[in-house]
Amino acid sequence: MTRRFEDDVVISGVGRSEVGRRVDKDPLVLVRDAVDAALADAGLSLTDIDGLSTAPGPLPGPPMGYTVGGIEVMTELLGLRPTWFTASPETMGHAGPIIDGALAVSGGLCRHVISIRAMWEGSHRKLLAEGALPPPGGSSRVTGRAEWQSPFGAMSPANWIAMQATNHMETFGTTREQLGAIALNARANAGRNPGAIYREPLTMDDYLSARTVSTPFGLYDCDVPCDGAVAVIVSHVDTVPDLRRVPVRLEAVGSAMTERFSWDQGTMHHEPMVAGPAAHLWTRTDLRPADVDVAQLYDGFTFNCLSWLEALGFCAVGDGGPFVEGGARIALDGELPLNTSGGQLSEGRLNGFGLIHEAVIQLRDEGGERQVPGDPEVSLVSTGGGHPGGVLLLTTWR
Amino acid sequence: MNAPGRPLPLLTETNRFFWTSGADGTLRFLRCSACRTYAHPPQPVCRSCGATALAPEAVSGRATVVGWTVNHQPWHPAFAPPYVIAVVAMAEDADVRLTTNLVEVDHDAVSIGMEVEVVFHPDDDVWLPLFRPVVSS
Repeated sequence: MTRRFEDDVVISGVGRSEVGRRVDKDPLVLVRDAVDAALADAGLSLTDIDGLSTAPGPLPGPPMGYTVGGIEVMTELLGLRPTWFTASPETMGHAGPIIDGALAVSGGLCRHVISIRAMWEGSHRKLLAEGALPPPGGSSRVTGRAEWQSPFGAMSPANWIAMQATNHMETFGTTREQLGAIALNARANAGRNPGAIYREPLTMDDYLSARTVSTPFGLYDCDVPCDGAVAVIVSHVDTVPDLRRVPVRLEAVGSAMTERFSWDQGTMHHEPMVAGPAAHLWTRTDLRPADVDVAQLYDGFTFNCLSWLEALGFCAVGDGGPFVEGGARIALDGELPLNTSGGQLSEGRLNGFGLIHEAVIQLRDEGGERQVPGDPEVSLVSTGGGHPGGVLLLTTWR
Repeated sequence: MNAPGRPLPLLTETNRFFWTSGADGTLRFLRCSACRTYAHPPQPVCRSCGATALAPEAVSGRATVVGWTVNHQPWHPAFAPPYVIAVVAMAEDADVRLTTNLVEVDHDAVSIGMEVEVVFHPDDDVWLPLFRPVVSS
């Protein structure tokens, strides 16, 4: 087989800070906590780290709760002097920093890349409410993508993706109860995860009777803004003897764009930008969907998860509803255990990095009460959608 | 004190024709003079053939609903929930879409496939294209 860069790298460590709706710590302390945890996990020290990869990096305008900054902030915080680094708001889903880091390691620019994602949306909202931060946007006119959405009150991804969800429901007969099965599954798994934010049981009645956000989405179709950070270390396969533990392999990535970068000019049947990376993934591996033992599929909204299931070929396009209906198939003991940490819907919106963290935990059999039985060997993570997506297929060391 | 208005687009030489098109009651999209592909959102080079000879061209204002949602969440003081947001596909080319509001419509009657027509909402120096169910034929 053709040489693949994925064979040159391993995931050597993962670390996660305290995560909560609002954590009473500076978000940079959460970053440091996550980095320290990942280093300890891998058996590495900061002096071993010669690559730095984060997203989305610094953004123009007032501070936003989904970034703490980029290379400037991270190198100052950690005292890093990397030989390679990147921080990009436009990358291959939330997994983009991992894919970038793996390419840099395979290309020989560095041996240990630390990838970091930090969120402080809970604290950010509090500061906004207190008037301690200027509101985003202000009174100036809108430009870019917002030019085509904000004048019509389409302010949130909850509005944009709801329109694809409505189309899917009317075209294929998908029901709210079917979307609800994804939310209930996430909550059931979160109940077994001491690190998840919302752990109390959720019933279908709770789901259906929750307040409406933007039809068909109610409160429990939407993920949970939070404070928290996750770090993931990608290392060269030659360093495996130096590591504290047996690492996880990167089997393949999916990064392709096959659709217009738009929420409204292309598909209305699925969340935009999931089809490309999903199809690309299966061109880079001999594994097939049936080989996947556990899946962490991006669930910013329940419907996103449904789109990924269809795009990745776990079921036919349009069949996502029946696939998840009742929840047995996607439960911990089902044929495709899904979002085993509780996902972003119940564990918290760690923007994809929570899902990557969980994929590694499951392959290392460290899931505790939420561990998928039978020693899973293949774990899939999908991230993004709407904006460009990115997919990682991970396996146990073999 | 007046409620804040809708967020309005920053007008540029590229988009001004679109946002002011409603002044004469007509909706227009940029279209390539060479290969006839519409360019929306507007850009100075045709993404289909690479030509730079693009010009605004009038359309009927008829469209079909291809996605919709009734928003209940208060996001912005200019928009009192509930209100309908929709993606509509233009009659001349279903690949040309607008995210918009449906007005003069029973929220329970909205569906994919609903035939709608443009109705302009003037605000400051722009004319926002909103859509309502087709009332004339």
